[in-house]
Amino acid sequence: MVYFLSDNIISSLGFSTNENFQALLAGQIGIRNIDDKKYYPDPFPASIVDTDLLDQNFNLTETSANYTRLEKMLILSIDDALKKTDVDVQSKRTGIIISTTKGNIDLLEPQHQNKFDKNRVLLWRLGEIIGNYFNNPNQTIVLSNACISGVLALNIAATLIKKGSFDNMIVTGGDIVSSFVVSGFMSFLSLSPKPCKPFDLERDGLSLGEGAGTIILGNQSQDPNKIAVMGGGSANDANHISGPSRTGEGSFIAIKKAISESRIEPTSIDYISAHGTATDYNDEMESIAISRAGLEEVPVNSFKGNWGHTLGAAGIIETVAMLQEMRENILIQSAGYSQHGVSKEINVIRENTKADLNVCLKMASGFGGSNASLIAKKIKS
Amino acid sequence: MKQVGIKRYCHVKNNKVYLDGALIFEDVQNDTMKSFLKSAYRNFKIKYPKFFKMDEISKLGFLAAEVVLQNIQKNNIRESEIGIVLANSQSTLVTDKVHQESINDLNNYYPSPSVFVYTLPNIMIGEISIKHKFRGENAFYIFEHFNTEFVSDFIDMLFTDGKVKACLGGWIDQSEKDYEAFVYWVEHYDNKVFCPEHTGALVRKLYEKF
Repeated sequence: MVYFLSDNIISSLGFSTNENFQALLAGQIGIRNIDDKKYYPDPFPASIVDTDLLDQNFNLTETSANYTRLEKMLILSIDDALKKTDVDVQSKRTGIIISTTKGNIDLLEPQHQNKFDKNRVLLWRLGEIIGNYFNNPNQTIVLSNACISGVLALNIAATLIKKGSFDNMIVTGGDIVSSFVVSGFMSFLSLSPKPCKPFDLERDGLSLGEGAGTIILGNQSQDPNKIAVMGGGSANDANHISGPSRTGEGSFIAIKKAISESRIEPTSIDYISAHGTATDYNDEMESIAISRAGLEEVPVNSFKGNWGHTLGAAGIIETVAMLQEMRENILIQSAGYSQHGVSKEINVIRENTKADLNVCLKMASGFGGSNASLIAKKIKS
Repeated sequence: MKQVGIKRYCHVKNNKVYLDGALIFEDVQNDTMKSFLKSAYRNFKIKYPKFFKMDEISKLGFLAAEVVLQNIQKNNIRESEIGIVLANSQSTLVTDKVHQESINDLNNYYPSPSVFVYTLPNIMIGEISIKHKFRGENAFYIFEHFNTEFVSDFIDMLFTDGKVKACLGGWIDQSEKDYEAFVYWVEHYDNKVFCPEHTGALVRKLYEKF
């Protein structure tokens, strides 16, 4: 078995799992209007980590200025998750996997050039920096598979532990809001002028976010309330590079694979944490995939309305939120949702509700036609 | 347990294309990557206009995959059981710089969705999947140098878990100075066809051939 041992979330809503979860419970939205030409010529809504708070927190553990914004977030995130376990980060049996779409992409901006060596923008170098910081003896694995990177990294890490490559895996992920990404999504006309509204009738695009998250997985857990990774899968739509399949094919296959590997009945799924970007196509596609999998009745939400789309961090921080919902047996309202706006009658969560959560499904989809899903289950001691 | 082997492999580098270690195309006239890829596309009679919309690294990966897959029979393998696992060192840095150029000057600001979409390395997985209707497991890894042990162990794990029945693996990299592609097809042994066992050491040996 592979267990969830420890975690952390760094976002606009806080620097720990607990701070973030309390904010989610209170329905807080981290997306605000950003009016800064550093990112984009016009104002736009996004969920941004406070730079002063980030530096203050970072300086508590490390006084060196030689780390980028993203590296600071990832280091803080791993450091906090590690403090809550006895996992030895310096052991050969502990691996690190990083999920990111664009890494230190801000280093391509003219004002950042010459601050770091030219390799610093490369993703393997990011892996090396993080691995070296923690004196981990293994090569850091870097995964860059668009918006499914986080969920995929968790599945890969769980597989590596199951096959005996490692005893513990530190799965960390992050991305920053940058002029690169904002201008790109703007050119796609896929950003909403307001905080995004997943699954809502009036949804009109996504909101970008930044952050980092960490989940430590291991083959041993002393926790009496253990939660295990039961299974997962990924699948490609083989349909379009920048739009999801109309039939939800890849997402549906990914769900089926996760269910089959987990050896659970679909009827035992208590809750779904969807990708829910609030673009027209994504949410509609997910509703179809959920419906095809026979999961229409299952309560579902998206955290994109709180954190925005945090790209490489998304799959990780949203899985942390799912685990926290399981630990506290509570379903959190889907921020931004009021009128049902997808064709299938999926059960979007309107208000925080107590519920016995034993088996839960995390979904993700992204550019390149990629889809992934993961199932977590409580294991009674 | 059935073992898996490498059935076909293709190298594309220095304006040459090799299949299973044999030179099958060389372009001595075109010296840019772009013009070489175009002449290779013509040479292999690939009829796929979407090719010309792709960025150069996607074209490179697509072409290498095409050469391998033109020579593979995918009998009895379901599309959801064919995986693609690729890796490189530079992600999409060359295309990233094209996008960055388009936004550096606020007075000359022209970001384009057709460039931006290619700033994710797994887009080439999407392109290959669309062409061949592959719907299985995907992963794109970034290593300084091709970690053949990790990638082949990972592909083996997908086979052992029953998640794939066939898998395209490879290293497809483009820097400002150079490019290289090495793509291979992994499948369960078929006794009728010679097919060496898929190991990290073999992948390394084949990769380093050129």
